Amino acid sequence: MNHKEGRFLPVLTVILAILAMWYVGTVFLNTPFQKDIYKRQNQENVSMMTLVQDTMAQERPVLPSPHQVALEIYNTTVKKKITSKRSLIYHSWITLSTALLGFILGTLLGVALAISIVHNRALDKSLMPWIIASQTIPILAIAPMIIVVLNSMGIQGLLPKAMISMYLSFFPIAVGMVKGLRSPEVSHTDLMRTYNASSWQTLIKLRLPASLPYLFTGMKIAIAIALVGAIVGELPTGAVAGLGARLLAGSYYGQTVQIWSALIMASVLAGSLVGLVSLANHFVLKRMGAAA
Amino acid sequence: MQDAILSSESSMQDTKNVVVSTVVEARSLSLRFQTNDGHVDALSDIDLTIESGNFVSFIGPSGCGKTTLLRVIADLEQPTGGSIEVNGVSAEQARLSRAYGYVFQAASLYPWRTIANNVALPLEIMGLDRKERKARIKKNLELVNLAGFEKKYPWQLSGGMQQRASIARALAVEPDLLLMDEPFGALDEIVRDHLNEQLLKLWDKTNKTVVFVTHSIPEAVFLSTHIVVMSPRPGRIIDIIESNLPRDRGLDIRETPDFLSIAQRVREGLRQGHSYED
Repeated sequence: MNHKEGRFLPVLTVILAILAMWYVGTVFLNTPFQKDIYKRQNQENVSMMTLVQDTMAQERPVLPSPHQVALEIYNTTVKKKITSKRSLIYHSWITLSTALLGFILGTLLGVALAISIVHNRALDKSLMPWIIASQTIPILAIAPMIIVVLNSMGIQGLLPKAMISMYLSFFPIAVGMVKGLRSPEVSHTDLMRTYNASSWQTLIKLRLPASLPYLFTGMKIAIAIALVGAIVGELPTGAVAGLGARLLAGSYYGQTVQIWSALIMASVLAGSLVGLVSLANHFVLKRMGAAA
Repeated sequence: MQDAILSSESSMQDTKNVVVSTVVEARSLSLRFQTNDGHVDALSDIDLTIESGNFVSFIGPSGCGKTTLLRVIADLEQPTGGSIEVNGVSAEQARLSRAYGYVFQAASLYPWRTIANNVALPLEIMGLDRKERKARIKKNLELVNLAGFEKKYPWQLSGGMQQRASIARALAVEPDLLLMDEPFGALDEIVRDHLNEQLLKLWDKTNKTVVFVTHSIPEAVFLSTHIVVMSPRPGRIIDIIESNLPRDRGLDIRETPDFLSIAQRVREGLRQGHSYED
């Protein structure tokens, strides 16, 4: 418990520092527009205090203040029905479900690729360059292609967007798992040889358990980028619903407060998901007898 | 069967001599490793016969090929010349029929398995049922004095206890041949002495054939019925010393003239192989 309390203070300090910088930024970035307004309304000798207050209360500020964003989030979560199209929870759920499906598919694909790479020398040589090349293609370029191709095959809705999530999230899993499956010491694999164990038995009883720490590290990265994939995937589908849709709609209409609240929501979501994976990691490794 | 009865009636020292058979037979065995800057003769022209019930030690400085020879017997390394037979068949066939238990220099326990489950590992691979596994775990952990530690994880045990657990794991397969690669090399001398005594008792009780790699002269002389002195560059056998020490020996035997004279012969063998030179 002690080390958790020790972590709380540094995190709080950083949050406070970010908020302070955010407020300063709000005042500075919104001041030119605010001065324009004063000029148009022939207001002169506006006090510093009023100026600062006004920069934080614009309808479409360059940078909305933290409390404006907080209020927007409050209004669109607590004060709206979940089924409402204006509810941020509704949009978050759309994105979350896509990200989770993509993450699960990506994890399965990544593990499957890693297992085949480790067990087949030819695949190791031929597959790995393609896996790396796949990640050099900008996701924004390939996302519409995936949507279009799948749509022509009659696949619509959740799956095409999840495929984009999968496309991003399988990579850290595959790379991590290849390393993890190869992580057992020589004596540990020799031991399996002396038992005349099949490669399936070696996989189940040695390579997979040994690779779990690598899998969880990969999963922490994968779940965060699965969320990015889900958001990107919402853009070419007409941005009907989801956090990506909120971001796009927000930028069409200059609704910076809406954009920022969607951004904050996305990062809170990503943080919670990574936290959940860490928690699962902790419990699994503890059950496997890891030293406290 | 009749042999066994007859011998049990004869003198006490011969009680364990049931039917002697050849366990390991190496003929002009050699192994050459190819490296980036030329080749290394890890083993050169090795002739060796190990008979059942013997406790054979390979001794020599690092690089003399003693571990390589053990790994060739275990079919973990393939010779480049000569022949090797284990239990009358090829080393590979012997490995495939799980003819031996191998104890590594490090305990090599799987950290995510409890002590009991580590011992169970080979038994699961062999496809034994739960009841049989349980019985063998119990029996072998008792044999190495680790009863009561079943649910502990390896990191919760001392180095000596971990190594004992790994011996229990090797014994659980119930092999007639035990291959041990400097199993006590990483342990302090007090623990090592204790484990040597226990190992000797275990060998006496089970009548297994043991092949033991070490670089400690007292350890080799104390444990063995036969000491194979090896030398590096190329890895070869200098001398094979048959020990006349009684089977049932305690640590005190190390002070006796017999013990010291065997140790002296080992030392001379090592000197002859230029083992003391740089």
